[in-house]
Formats: sequence, C-alpha cells, structure tokens
Amino acid sequence: MTSQAGNDEGARVSRRKLFGLAGAGVALAGAGAAAGVGFDRLGEGSTAQAAVSTVDFHGEHQAGIVTSTQQNLHFAALDVTTKDVGELRQLLRTWTAAARRMTTGQEVVPNGAVGGAAEAPPGDTGEALDLPASELTLTIGFGPSLFDGRFGLAAKRPAQLVDLPLFPKDKLDPTRSGGDLCIQACANDPQVAVHAVRNLVRLGFGVTEVRWSQLGFGRSSSTSRAQATPRNLFGFKDGTNNIKSEDTDLLRDQVWAQAADGQAWMAGGTYLVARRIRMHIETWDRETLDGQEQIIGRTKGSGAALGQAGEFDQVDLNVGGAGGVPLIADDAHIRLASHETLKGARILRRGYNFVDGSDGVGHLEAGLFFLAFNRDTRTQYVPMQQALSAKDAMMEYVQHTGSAHFAVPPGLTPTSTWGDGLFG
Amino acid sequence: MPQSPKAPLAVLAGVGALVALAACDSTGSTTSAAGGPIKVEASDTSCAVAASTANAGNVTFEITNKGSKVTEFYLYAEGDRIMGEVENIAPGLNRRLIVEVPDAGKYQTACKPGMVGDGIRGDFTVTGGAAKQNDVNAQKSEATKSYATYVANNTSALETETAKFVDTVKAGKVDEAKAQYATTRAYYERIEPVAEKFGDLDPLIDVREADLQAGQQFTGFHRLEKDLWVTGLKPDSGQVADKLLTDVKDLVTKTKTLQLTALDLANGAKGLLDEVATGKITGEEETFSHTDLWDFQANVDGSKGAIAALRPILQERDPALVSTLDKQFANVQTLLDKNRNGDGFKYYNELSQDQIKEFASAVDALSEPLSKVAEVVSK
Repeated sequence: MTSQAGNDEGARVSRRKLFGLAGAGVALAGAGAAAGVGFDRLGEGSTAQAAVSTVDFHGEHQAGIVTSTQQNLHFAALDVTTKDVGELRQLLRTWTAAARRMTTGQEVVPNGAVGGAAEAPPGDTGEALDLPASELTLTIGFGPSLFDGRFGLAAKRPAQLVDLPLFPKDKLDPTRSGGDLCIQACANDPQVAVHAVRNLVRLGFGVTEVRWSQLGFGRSSSTSRAQATPRNLFGFKDGTNNIKSEDTDLLRDQVWAQAADGQAWMAGGTYLVARRIRMHIETWDRETLDGQEQIIGRTKGSGAALGQAGEFDQVDLNVGGAGGVPLIADDAHIRLASHETLKGARILRRGYNFVDGSDGVGHLEAGLFFLAFNRDTRTQYVPMQQALSAKDAMMEYVQHTGSAHFAVPPGLTPTSTWGDGLFG
Repeated sequence: MPQSPKAPLAVLAGVGALVALAACDSTGSTTSAAGGPIKVEASDTSCAVAASTANAGNVTFEITNKGSKVTEFYLYAEGDRIMGEVENIAPGLNRRLIVEVPDAGKYQTACKPGMVGDGIRGDFTVTGGAAKQNDVNAQKSEATKSYATYVANNTSALETETAKFVDTVKAGKVDEAKAQYATTRAYYERIEPVAEKFGDLDPLIDVREADLQAGQQFTGFHRLEKDLWVTGLKPDSGQVADKLLTDVKDLVTKTKTLQLTALDLANGAKGLLDEVATGKITGEEETFSHTDLWDFQANVDGSKGAIAALRPILQERDPALVSTLDKQFANVQTLLDKNRNGDGFKYYNELSQDQIKEFASAVDALSEPLSKVAEVVSK
C-alpha cells in the first residue's frame, strides 16, 4: 500500500550548506578554546567544537590511526563476493569518493538525501543530514583471506599479515571473526559513524557482504597527549602507556610499515588487530577493590602504577612492598603487557567499550572491542597476547570472542584511491 | 525525513498558519500542491469533503478527524483502485494527503471510521489537465501492454490451479492438496504487487496468521496451509477454500481493468524482491509448510517478468544497469537451482544458516540495482 507524502522544498538543505554556515559561526569559539583550555574537557559533547571538527582524509597515513581517538566507533568486516577483480577495484574507487565526501560532512553524493529524483531511492540514506562531520574518519584494511589467490594478490600478501594463532582461552565465534576487508568508522557522534558504514555497505552490495560488525562507545584509550585517559568497563584508566601521536620516533619504529619490511605497497601503512573481548562484568564487580588493583597493577582512582603517585609516573615493575614482595604481581596485567617484559615491543591501542544488550541469562553482553595497530604483528601483538592469555590474572574475567587481522594501506592523496598500491 | 526540530515550526510560524497541523503531521510538509488543499471533515458517521472536483495533477486533502474512532481516508479510482490513502488518523488529529492524479475521470473519496469496511463514500471528479502518464511514450505503453499479458497469463493460471486445489481440499485429500499448495501459490506470488493494488483482496487471499488484526478472520492460502500441515482439515476448511476461489476470481476480473504505468512495473519488480528479503529469507511467509523457496522462485520470476517488459527502455537508457540486473538475476537463480529437490525445492527449515546468508546476500545484490530502475524509467 502506498500513501503519498508531499515534498518540502524548504527541507532540501545539503549537509554541505549546513556545515558551511555552522562552521563559519563557531570558528571563533574554536580558536578561543584552543588557547589554554584542555581540548579534551572542553571539546567532548560541545556542539561548538563538533561543528568545526573535520579530520583531513588525506595524508601520509590513513586517518583514524593516530588521530585523537573519537568517542564512537562502527567497525565492519566484509567478505568479497564477486570473483571479478575489476569490480572490487571499482568499489574501492567508489568507496574512496564517498569517504572523501562523508568525512567533510557531506552526503555520499551531491543531493543524495533529499535532492534527487522522487522516483529513486535517495543516494544517501539521510540520517546524518544536518549533522556535522563530527571528526569522522574512515580507515580501510585488507584481511589475509583477500590474498588467497581469487584476485591474483597472493604475491602481494605481507609476511606480517599472519593468520592469528589461537591464543589460550580463546572462544572465537566465526561470525565475529575474520573478513576480506574492514572499514573502521570513528566519529564523535555514533549516528555519523553508523551512517558512514551503512552507506559504504550499501555501495558494496553485489561485490561485498558484511561478515560481522561492531559498535563501540566511550573510547578506551587515548592516542594524543591532549586527551585524558578514559576508563574501560572495569572502571580502570586504560591505555595510560599507549603510544601517542606525539611520539613520532616510536610511531616510526613500532607502527608504520616501511618499504624495506617486504611489501613496498604497504610503506606508510600498518597492521590492525581487532579482538572482541567479552568482559564478565558481574563477577568483576564482586572482586574486592584491592583484588581489582592487584589484577591490573594500577590504582583505580588516579591510575598510577602500584608504588607510584601519579598516573604518568614511570612504572617500576621491581618496586617492593612490605617484606620485599613485588607490589606489581607476576601475573598483573601491566607487567605482562609492558614493553620491558616484551623486549621493547609496543602497540598503538585504539579500542572501544561495547555493550550489545544482555546475553539471555541477564548478564551484560559487554566488554572491550580491542583495536591495535603495529608494524609487525608477529613480533609485537602476538607475543604480547600469548603472554597475557597464558598468565594474565585478568583472563579470569575476560574472554576473547572475536578475532581479525588486517593490513591497513598507507594514506591517500586527493587523487589516489584505496586500492592503488595493492592493485597498482 | 530528518530535519532539525526547529526548522518546520519556524517556517510555519513565518507564514502564520497551521502550527497545530505540523505538530502531528509526520511528513513535515508545508507546501500546498497545485490542486489546493481540500478540507475533509470526518466523523464517526459522515465524511464531508469540501470540494467534489479538482484539476488533474497533485490533489491535496486535509483531513480532520472530529469523530471518536480512529479513521482513514482514501481516494479511489474506478474499480476501487487506491490512488492514495492516509491511515491511523486519531480522533482530533489533522492529516494531509497529497495524491498524484494524472488522469481526468470519476473517482471516489472515502472515510473509514474504525478503519473497517468500505467506508463512507463520495463521488469525486477530476477534470482536464495532465496527459495520461502511460501514453506519453510509446515504449512505455508497449512495456505495460507486454506486462499486462504476463499478468493475464498468470491470473488465468491462478484461477485454474486454485480451482483444482480447492477441489482437492474439499475432497479431503490432504497429501494431494499439500503437493498442490506451493505450485498454486506461485502464480499469485509472481503478480503480488498487482494484487496489492486492490487493497482488500490481498489480505483476504494471502494474510499471515501473525498479521491478523483483532476481529479479522483468518482466510486464504495460509489458513488452508495451517489446516493441511498443522491442525488437520476442519469443519469449515471447505468454506474457506470456496471463499479463496471467490476472492481469486474477483482478483482476476479486477486485474483485467487495471491500468498500470511503467513506474508501477519498476516498483513492482523491486517490491517482489523486498518481499523475498523480509518474508522469505526469514522463513516467515510459509511458517507451517516451509515452502518459502517456491514463493522465492515465483517472486524472482515475477520481478524478471516486469523487468523483461521494461527491457527495451532500460537497454536504451542505461545498458550498464541491464547487464548488472542480468548478472544478479542469474546469480540468484543459480542459488535457487542449487537448492532444488526433484520438481520443487528444499524446505526452508532444511537450510543452514550459511545457506540463508548466501541467499540474503544475493538478494541484496539484486535489489540494489533493481531499486534504480524506477528512476531510469521515469525520466
């Protein structure tokens, strides 16, 4: 049955127009804020800041890696269903063009949401109309399975893009694992992130299909010294020792792939590990405060390592308490994850909290959607997770339920597209 | 249509009118169409339409429900073909309906207090103006003619096969009736968007038990499906079968007078695949017999039938779209063929989650390009 609704010419305002107006109006407020006031405290939730907030889509590296972590995530892993490499190549071009627009707050195509033909479905789904760019970043990655020979890419597979091993205590759900491609959408407004993934998925029908996807809220790490360290669902500050965008030497050594690493097309790229970590929230909440702090190796309030005063005070794994017993236990999370223990290996973390409702027995289906970037997963993430899965006292409260690995190609110029290096 | 909450109110305040209307008008529409708004005052016993004529083009009605029951408003063309409708007008509310009426002729307005029955009818005449949409282009006219033949062939077979099925049910031959059930329905599923043009007939023939409203009788194919597969034939099964045949005959008669436009074909082709995506992929349509894949095949056939009629137009205007459609139709067909079992198909409950996902993905891949056909045709 059809009921016909009228058109309202007045409502046909492009996202670009709205953005332009809003942007001009609040530019001054943004400049004032930058002087002195902590960006993080002022910015989050402030409409003034949200309105001026675009992150450059172009650059040496893809946006969404060292970009100051936004508040919300929609992550999707997709499988390629076509056998025609030309179609895949074309989709990557289409996606690039759409991403270039959406990351500046525009619709997928001009007049996409309401300005098109009345007889056609809109070219843009419209739920982000009137919303600013909200620091949207779109980051793409290629999974190991993309290099299986279907598209003649076997010789292009980086050695670093290993099939992740099964770690102790993993309980991986195949419907939350793997994928030929991934799209990471981060934004300060969940609707903007969801809109971006939804529209890219739609452009991909017939070429790709969604394998799994995950929503995340409340970034659980910071990637810039301008950001305060957030808390995860265990209530602890998470990612205090994370690599920050200001640590250019560390980024060069630990995050960005180089041509000399084996695959020239990956120079300036990185490797993304995605793990869905279910937290047994209810049992954690029954653990004593002291017990919780022992497990993490930090105090819950300030986030300081045990034996230290401030959050960012240097961690001392050897500091002794009464009777010479180490304050940071052998199985404490920060000891096992520290680069001192791991021969200097570090990773750039970018995870998000998630709550996917409840699990049917009344427990929160919640946890940490762990995202991390490193230069060589074989020598960085894998040994770190081996140590944690085998020994971490926290493993009693968490379970890894999803797992995926992607090669994230380098950034784009205004004329290049996401498939260029890989297929070029 | 997402809008900032302030925008429509501000616009309305500017023209100094109808603020109360906007508050309950979900479309947020503020412009009046060329025909000018015609006020309709609906009560529980009357339907006062302020004008009984209008010029062809867009005709706008503004309906106020002054009664105590929830009501609906319809504009019907001859043969009770629905031109436009607005449902669920709660007591005290105003709603607006904009209907595109391209052709001069006799129409009827109707209010339906309590949203039941034929409603309180009034004659409505449309004069002059717009050219007949389905004649403007010889190609489009050819397309609709060709599709009308397709519809006629299927409705005629539907009538014949339904008559056989009804006889079998009435003879109490359960196994035989089960075997006829899915193949009979196929003729209906191929042309369902056409059947849906007749608002009352589709629910009588094809309502699902889960969609019944309070007080609505469970009739049609799915009632017999339940009798055959779940409960066993009941004392009134024969009556239900007879009623089904009556309704099908009624449908066949009405389709003969139906004037479809090329746009109807395009939207119908898409609508059939939408049915697959929402009803068949989930196994909801044939919940007792699990013969969803038979319906699925019929919907695909029907969609292909409509696209075949439009093919010359599409080929001329967007050949790339045609090759995409051909490819994706073939892909869906290959999947269906993989799940054949003898003359029929596997039952829905024999499919694995992976197979269902494969179907869903193929249907998405076909439906996206199908949704672009209407725009190409309308140019």
